[in-house]
Amino acid sequence: MTDLFNKFDPLIEQRRALLAGGVEDPFNLVMERVISPTVAVCNGRETILLGTYNYMGMTFDPDVIAAGKEALDDYGSGTTGSRVLNGTYAGHKACEEALKEFYGMDHAMVFSTGYQANLGIISTMAGKGDYIVLDIDSHASIWDGCKMGDAEVVPFKHNDIVAMEKRLKRIPEGAGKLVVLEGVYSMLGDIAPLKEMIRVAKENGAMVLVDEAHSMGFIGPNGRGVAEDQGCLEDVDFVIGTFSKSVGTVGGFCVSNHPKFEILRLVCRPYVFTASLPPSVVHTAATSIRKLMHGANKRAHLWENSKTLHKGLRDKGFTLGTDEPQSAIIAVIMPDLERGAAMWEALLKEGLYVNLARPPATPAGMTLLRCSLCAEHSADQVQTIIGMFERAGKAVGII
Amino acid sequence: MDRAATAEKIAELIEPFNKKGVAITEATTFAGDLEWDSLTVMDFVAAIEDDFDIIISMNQQAEIENYGQLIDAVTKLQG
Ligand SMILES: Cc1ncc(COP(=O)(O)O)c(C=O)c1O
Repeated sequence: MTDLFNKFDPLIEQRRALLAGGVEDPFNLVMERVISPTVAVCNGRETILLGTYNYMGMTFDPDVIAAGKEALDDYGSGTTGSRVLNGTYAGHKACEEALKEFYGMDHAMVFSTGYQANLGIISTMAGKGDYIVLDIDSHASIWDGCKMGDAEVVPFKHNDIVAMEKRLKRIPEGAGKLVVLEGVYSMLGDIAPLKEMIRVAKENGAMVLVDEAHSMGFIGPNGRGVAEDQGCLEDVDFVIGTFSKSVGTVGGFCVSNHPKFEILRLVCRPYVFTASLPPSVVHTAATSIRKLMHGANKRAHLWENSKTLHKGLRDKGFTLGTDEPQSAIIAVIMPDLERGAAMWEALLKEGLYVNLARPPATPAGMTLLRCSLCAEHSADQVQTIIGMFERAGKAVGII
Repeated sequence: MDRAATAEKIAELIEPFNKKGVAITEATTFAGDLEWDSLTVMDFVAAIEDDFDIIISMNQQAEIENYGQLIDAVTKLQG
């Protein structure tokens, strides 16, 4: 018998070597207690959270919590069914109404996760003989959506408008085309030149899907994302998003103005063949989305935090993923996985949690310490964080 | 362009990507013999696509494991 686990041996060995060096396992951390959107207890130590996607700090919002508790009492703990059978409750509809209003769009479809929203929409929209043209640094859920469908998949170099245009122009006459982009790319925290890219996509007869997972609630005058910020949201055919970041719970969605959009509820398999979100989740999501519409002050404070941390870390001598802060994600580039893991551990001992990211999730084989800021981080906390980075960076020999 | 001319052009294009100076035959594999990672593959595919003005989709790339198969595919894609 061939042991089917043999293919994982290189990874098992890499992990063993890393942990044998005495490093705490970066992928097995437990949050023992959560005190606020920005502070938790890990390994008995009070820790500042700088590696969550809780950008707008909605997880402990009193109105959001109250809506969830009430829904638990009124509707029970779960729906035990698919959206298209017994799993659509008032809360799912309320969520879709909130999303339509939030984006100013005609249709909204709520999925059980953002991963499934990408999987479902991409694999269903682009069928046999159609072409998907996508950025090479796309999120795993986008790639998996491509893999699940029957379309031809054509990647182009990250954020390269010319490379994208060349590929669009070579697609055979008459074939359907779907261009897939992201507003914020979550590894380096850089944004896409959506306005130009969408213009080129439209000139070449393509429909456009933009994943705004990391920009919702924060970027754009109304928090609708990078497309709104660049003034091209009305040219986007499908916006994909998630409740697992700024919204502060779990779930995914697609919003669109396409007149035939509703048919997707019947043909999109990751929507049909899974249970719908629990009532408490959709009620917290709907409440949170409505509050995010009025989050201008929080958005302004989050930008301040992002700018302060970016400048602070650069001044201390760290290498960052972008020259200017473009989102709430600041990626600190590590020289290699070993020192990245050592730095991650040194920060944890300082009382700071960041995200360790490594290939294949990262572009160009980089090891990154990804910092994601929250609107609830105080200006003092940001200064504390910069001090922790400086001490840990010196201890590990990175700066 | 016929197969021979295509092969000649591809030989030229692969040169800067063959950093280890591996002696390339029709049976040379990209992942195994040349040890290319996904980024190198993308850059090389882009170079071929731009030179021949074709698209080699990921679906087609999955079928191309060695150098000979690449020449065949590019010859065919030029129509
Ligand atoms: C760009 C992007 N799209 C989609 C997702 C999936 O979201 P969810 O956590 O709701 O499955 C994520 C989150 O990891 C993401 O970063």
